[in-house]
Amino acid sequence: MSETVRKRGRLGYLLLFPALAWLGLFFVVPLYSLVATSLFDPAGSDFRGYTMSWAWGNYSDALHEYWQPLLRSIVYGGIATALCLVLGYVLAYAIAFKAGRWKNVMLVLVIAPFFTSFLIRTLSWKLILADDGVIVNSLQFLHVLGSDGRLLATPVAVIAGLTYNFLPFMVLPLYASLDKIDHRLIEASGDLYAHPAIGFFKVTWPLSLPGVVSGTLLTFIPAAGDFINVQLLGSPNQRMVGSVIQSLFTDANNYPAAASLSMILMVLIVAMVVVYVRRAGTEDLL
Amino acid sequence: MTGRWLRERLVLVLGILVLLYTFVPIAVVVLMSFNAPASRNVYRFDAFTLDNWLNPCTDPSMCDAVRRSVEIGLLATVVATILGTLAAFALVRHDFVGRSATNLLIFLPMAAPEIVMGSSLLALFVAAGFSGQLGFWTILIAHIMFCLSFVVVTVRARLAGMDDTLEQAAMDLYATPAQTFWRVTFPLVFPGILGAALLSFSLSFDDFIITNLNAGTTTTFPMYVWGVAQRGVPMQVNVIGTLMFAISIAIVLGSELNNRRRSKALA
Amino acid sequence: MSQVAEAPKSEGGTDPGGDPSYDGLRLRQVTKSFGAFTAVDSLDLDIPRGSFFALLGPSGCGKTTTLRMVAGLETPTSGTITLAGEDITYAKPYRRPVNTVFQSYALFPHLDIFENVAFGLRRRKSKDVTSQVNEMLDLVELGNQARKKPAQLSGGQQQRVALARALINKPEVLLLDEPLGALDLKLRRSMQIELKRIQTEVGLTFVHVTHDQEEAMTMADTVAVMNRGVIEQMGAPSVLYENPRSTFVANFLGQSNLIEGNVTGRAADVVTVDMHGIAVSVPTERTHVDGERGWVGIRPEKVLIGELGESLDAPGNTIPGGVITDVSFYGVSTQYLVRMPWGQELTVFQQNTGRSKLFGQGEQVELSWRPEYAFLLDHSQDASAGAQRGADE
Repeated sequence: MSETVRKRGRLGYLLLFPALAWLGLFFVVPLYSLVATSLFDPAGSDFRGYTMSWAWGNYSDALHEYWQPLLRSIVYGGIATALCLVLGYVLAYAIAFKAGRWKNVMLVLVIAPFFTSFLIRTLSWKLILADDGVIVNSLQFLHVLGSDGRLLATPVAVIAGLTYNFLPFMVLPLYASLDKIDHRLIEASGDLYAHPAIGFFKVTWPLSLPGVVSGTLLTFIPAAGDFINVQLLGSPNQRMVGSVIQSLFTDANNYPAAASLSMILMVLIVAMVVVYVRRAGTEDLL
Repeated sequence: MTGRWLRERLVLVLGILVLLYTFVPIAVVVLMSFNAPASRNVYRFDAFTLDNWLNPCTDPSMCDAVRRSVEIGLLATVVATILGTLAAFALVRHDFVGRSATNLLIFLPMAAPEIVMGSSLLALFVAAGFSGQLGFWTILIAHIMFCLSFVVVTVRARLAGMDDTLEQAAMDLYATPAQTFWRVTFPLVFPGILGAALLSFSLSFDDFIITNLNAGTTTTFPMYVWGVAQRGVPMQVNVIGTLMFAISIAIVLGSELNNRRRSKALA
Repeated sequence: MSQVAEAPKSEGGTDPGGDPSYDGLRLRQVTKSFGAFTAVDSLDLDIPRGSFFALLGPSGCGKTTTLRMVAGLETPTSGTITLAGEDITYAKPYRRPVNTVFQSYALFPHLDIFENVAFGLRRRKSKDVTSQVNEMLDLVELGNQARKKPAQLSGGQQQRVALARALINKPEVLLLDEPLGALDLKLRRSMQIELKRIQTEVGLTFVHVTHDQEEAMTMADTVAVMNRGVIEQMGAPSVLYENPRSTFVANFLGQSNLIEGNVTGRAADVVTVDMHGIAVSVPTERTHVDGERGWVGIRPEKVLIGELGESLDAPGNTIPGGVITDVSFYGVSTQYLVRMPWGQELTVFQQNTGRSKLFGQGEQVELSWRPEYAFLLDHSQDASAGAQRGADE
């Protein structure tokens, strides 16, 4: 009898209305106008105004012209997500199972660096990865990099930046699902399987899958749409779709092209998310 | 013997290494805040100075941008926290038609790429003929929009975790509905609301992608950093970065100490 | 299958009916439905002022819903609830002189013990809160814990705070919703005694909801056994135990052997029943059958066990032909399972007085019981209804 009894009546709608109205007006309606804008006559401009011409050609033009940045976004975002998964899993596992009474402190430390501005953190990486910095110098010394080799303005720097910046989005959901696992299950797996690694893949990994799924989504989505890392750590050779959209909007004022590219990115992400969640078999997650 | 010791702690050691890695850029930020650069174009540590801390507003436009970001952050936090808290109460405590659609509407802004949200808002403002008025208010509207969902989710979690027999007990002990709310419900949900507000402020203060698209000529702090990143970064930017880090650490430590003190009294 | 029990007139001496001068708690035709499910079905109940009343039943029987309707946390679908002559059916929970001790205690975690206990007084703008609270904390022996937060107390202490917080308001009726359920067995026993002592001391009406039959019987002066939204039987614990009127009560309150039989004769004060070829008699006032068939009931501790031909001190009903199939030695008593000629296994408890021998498995025995201990229940009822240690699962 102790389940929450939800009250009926007008008050519920009244409480809900302002927030929903805000989201409707400034999230849903904009998506609609994004779709509309993406079909405007590409010949229009801010001064002359736009006319709706059902220009589906905007989409094929955008795909034709910008397929490279689009592909790069997905590849870079994917690699960064995979790296985050490895680093984040180690960290989340350590916090959930090995940190003992330092659990809370470590959790706070995971989030703490990310209270400093995203841009300032990324600028720091620019300094760390600089051509005469410690890392480049040591890599040159080890002959991993040639004597004129560099990290900045390469995909390595961009992916490193993405990995760093979105790591907490991976760690927190992973920690949440690892922390829920009954410790005795892991101990029992130690009895059942000869090697701890087998126990890990038979017991811990499957049980942490919900965290893996939501962590990878939370990391991949912003990473694929990001352009700050490319802009600060990369070069035009690493241009991702985010920077294209942003410059089409703000510099080129080509709204129809920018909107259709934006739509393509969103549809692509939604499609990938759906396929991925289906595959992982955790549909109840969303 | 040592092999076993190491193997048992290997994961912890690796985890701590990952944690250290996340602090490397912060160390650089703090270090650079004490840097006296030889030239504006070379971004590296040259000499120690306190100048950046003593004169943070050498570039007045930076301090203007910080002030604007704080203003927008505070306003967005207040509005988003109020609207989001009301909605969280409705979601947990009230029955209404269209619950799953509502949940979806609240979830989507957290999952959508910022570039898509930013560009769609811009498309709306342009379509509505506001392209000339982009600035403080359009930024504020956008910030409230993306903070809202985070507030709803945070407060809802706190509310859902609250035992509703506490409110029944209050009613049973002669508290009217209003008294029940202010004496029992609100004090118990307050930590969640506070957490949501802090989260909102830091999201708003740090946002660049959405803001940049809808800012017109107005400059927030992240936009200022973006601008100077192309020309040469004044070291005072690192002072702001260090301060942001220090303030958030202080808030977290303060609440942690408060908890510790409370549980100490237990023993 | 279960009939609506009318409130017996024997208890409390009050006469039922719409009498507004009745100073206790009265429920009339109270029904509560959740959608298609009827949690409480046309319930009639009289709880005299100052009594310790237990509402006993398995989970989902409607006892907690009944309690919540009295507290005002649930509104009846139909029917009326009156308290001291006043209709409180639709009164808001904060407007009725009723307080509740919740199963989870529901102590306010952000307030200290003192403020928890003072909560009700402060809402009613009562005078000298401090002295009243201190007095109450002394009564529950928590005077030195006043400034602690609930989380810092043990389960038993929290339970006493919850009790103090309700009692301090001197309610007309104190409702206890499985208040001891979260405590371990030892603490539960001592709290039962404590609760009983406090009830005697303050003289308030206590309505205690529980699924623990032992708790209900040891504490309450009236027990109502509830099942599927209706009261099966109500009365003093000893009456319920000795003369159950339904198989549910016979099984839920203690254990019973129920043996199929046909009524063969009815005399003025005795009914004769043919039980698988053996004639046994049951006093008329202990028969609760409509037709000719019934269940002969006998409590395991009322059954005597002896060797073949041994003359047992139980004139009347002797049942030969038993074989012991299981022996469990408990120390104070021994429990035997005895297979009867018709295949049924009967349970027998034998006190360890040292005067009777201990039987072994496979031994032939004879059972007997005094007719005045037997009861006869209607055959239409399920013989395993309410059995807690039944073989259903």
